[in-house]
Amino acid sequence: MKLDEKNAQQIVPNPVDPGQAMEADEIEAISPWKDTFRQLRKNRFAIIGFTIIIFFILVAIFAPLFTSYTYHQQDLVNRLQPPSAEFWLGTDHLGRDIFTRLVYGARVSLMVGFIAVTGALVFGTLLGVTAGYFGRWVDMIISRIFDILLAFPSILLAIAIVAILGPSLENALLAIAIINIPIFGRLVRSRVISLREEEYIMAAKAQGMKNGRIIFQHILPNSIAPIIVQSTLGFGTAILEAAALGFLGLGAQPPTPEWGQMLADSRDFIQLAPWTVIVPGVAIMLVVLGFNLIGDGLRDALDPKMKN
Amino acid sequence: MEDVILELSGLSTHFFTDQGEIPAVDKVSFRVHKGEVVGVVGESGSGKSVTSLSILQLIPSPPGKIVSGSIRYKGEDLAKATEKRMKRIRGNEISMIFQEPMTSLNPVFTIGNQMREAIRIHQKISKKAATEKAIQMLKLVGIPRAEDIVNEYPHQLSGGMRQRVMIAMAMSSDPSLLIADEPTTALDVTIQAQILDLMKKINKEEHTSILLITHDLGVVADICDRVVVMYAGQVVEKGTTREILKDPQHPYTQGLIRSLPKLHGREEKLYSIPGTVARPKKDRVGCRFAPRCEFAFERCFKENPELYQLGDGRESRCFLHTEKKGERLEDATTNT
Repeated sequence: MKLDEKNAQQIVPNPVDPGQAMEADEIEAISPWKDTFRQLRKNRFAIIGFTIIIFFILVAIFAPLFTSYTYHQQDLVNRLQPPSAEFWLGTDHLGRDIFTRLVYGARVSLMVGFIAVTGALVFGTLLGVTAGYFGRWVDMIISRIFDILLAFPSILLAIAIVAILGPSLENALLAIAIINIPIFGRLVRSRVISLREEEYIMAAKAQGMKNGRIIFQHILPNSIAPIIVQSTLGFGTAILEAAALGFLGLGAQPPTPEWGQMLADSRDFIQLAPWTVIVPGVAIMLVVLGFNLIGDGLRDALDPKMKN
Repeated sequence: MEDVILELSGLSTHFFTDQGEIPAVDKVSFRVHKGEVVGVVGESGSGKSVTSLSILQLIPSPPGKIVSGSIRYKGEDLAKATEKRMKRIRGNEISMIFQEPMTSLNPVFTIGNQMREAIRIHQKISKKAATEKAIQMLKLVGIPRAEDIVNEYPHQLSGGMRQRVMIAMAMSSDPSLLIADEPTTALDVTIQAQILDLMKKINKEEHTSILLITHDLGVVADICDRVVVMYAGQVVEKGTTREILKDPQHPYTQGLIRSLPKLHGREEKLYSIPGTVARPKKDRVGCRFAPRCEFAFERCFKENPELYQLGDGRESRCFLHTEKKGERLEDATTNT
């Protein structure tokens, strides 16, 4: 791997122009994934994004190691304390250590992003591929379902879903996944429709390949780039949506330390103890920023025009 | 003859569009014998590609549909075959290669991976055996360093190499018939010659019949035994390559041959047939070529000419063959 990178550096004098670079080392066999990774490493912002996200993932995994408090332990004597050596990021209106809640909250927020995106990704891709590949009435029905879902403002739809199912973190997750399905679905559908006309699909049919095989062998591998990019971007929005639902009291229920929930709880004390609001707000912003940076970087790295 | 591999009779493929029914292929009949190379020639829009796709039932449907006629492959009518049966025939009995070698391969997988997939669709063999078979096929089509090429991606190969890979893939199941839809159009001249030589070699050594779709009479002259000339969805002339090139009977074929650039005897201006292929229309009256034909007379616009038998298996769709027999034809050929 190290050697590989050195080679690349030598052949590519100007890392700003990856398009030309790829022409120069056509002789060398490179797997598309290794290649993508290499492109990605040239992008400083993507590296920053990765660093932020890996940092938060580590924080979430090793949460108990960072703090001696528990996230639901109240200390009414020390309410709304400013940041100090004892309480690194201060305390909230119930005297809970904000740093501790933030660290445990990373678990909840990252999990929300991961599960909601995975759910939306799986169902959106399945529906999108089906609609795009088979076309006609199948496409008609699936696309209209997407249209209906997209016709509502996403938060309103999420509120409606949570209102029906009852407020809880699981239902908020479900709602976020559902409102993200058409975003993935449409993306995949449009990709599949353009791929369907490719000559190698016709060639595969002429070889006697079955539809399922064509989808998994030819269509999906070629659609993976936009799906990955949308996933990283969707991660950020999912966390934001979860925070919004939490803020409205429709997401995680107390004392679960969800970042949006923390914001909502503290909004009455914004003048008295601004850190109670700023800290979870900055955390949300950083994670969303991290995912967006990765998404942007991946989009560039996976762009076939920059590769061939 | 006994050894007919493929026989199209009265094949009509129509497209049903908002503008109405378009007969892209109109009652096309021809035969391909065992070990024979048959060329289908015509301009863009003459229906030659649709004909080839119809044989494998790969016409996008809707809007396309085979409305009548039969496609007999070794006696079995493919026009009536089930989709399941067709999947066994495609790539196994009848293989097809396409015009654009640049886009006929999936960009995200290695050559070996794709060939393995293609081989394992019809042959139940292990991955390792399939890889060996792939390397063996690549060697057969004259690819150097076949062992390395299997691990490379399509974008690392040149157009000629990719077309060789496509041919290797098509030949891997030892088909009886290879349909080549403009296999050399996207390649430059020297590579074109190599690919044609390769197809000749395959035809000779593997006794694979080839149905070659092309607009290039040079290609036809090079490898075809017999030629079918198509115009606006219809067959206008049939015969052996020699006869057709030396003594074309239909004004359209004559025009095609005249519009070939020649190395010797520079002409002032290269001949071209005026106008473009008319969009096929249903219930059209008159010869389809009449508006562009320099010999057209009244009858050409009022009646539909049929294919006239000219003996020795030659056929031509032109009224000139009935009017003033022979004599008129002499005129036509001397004019060119």
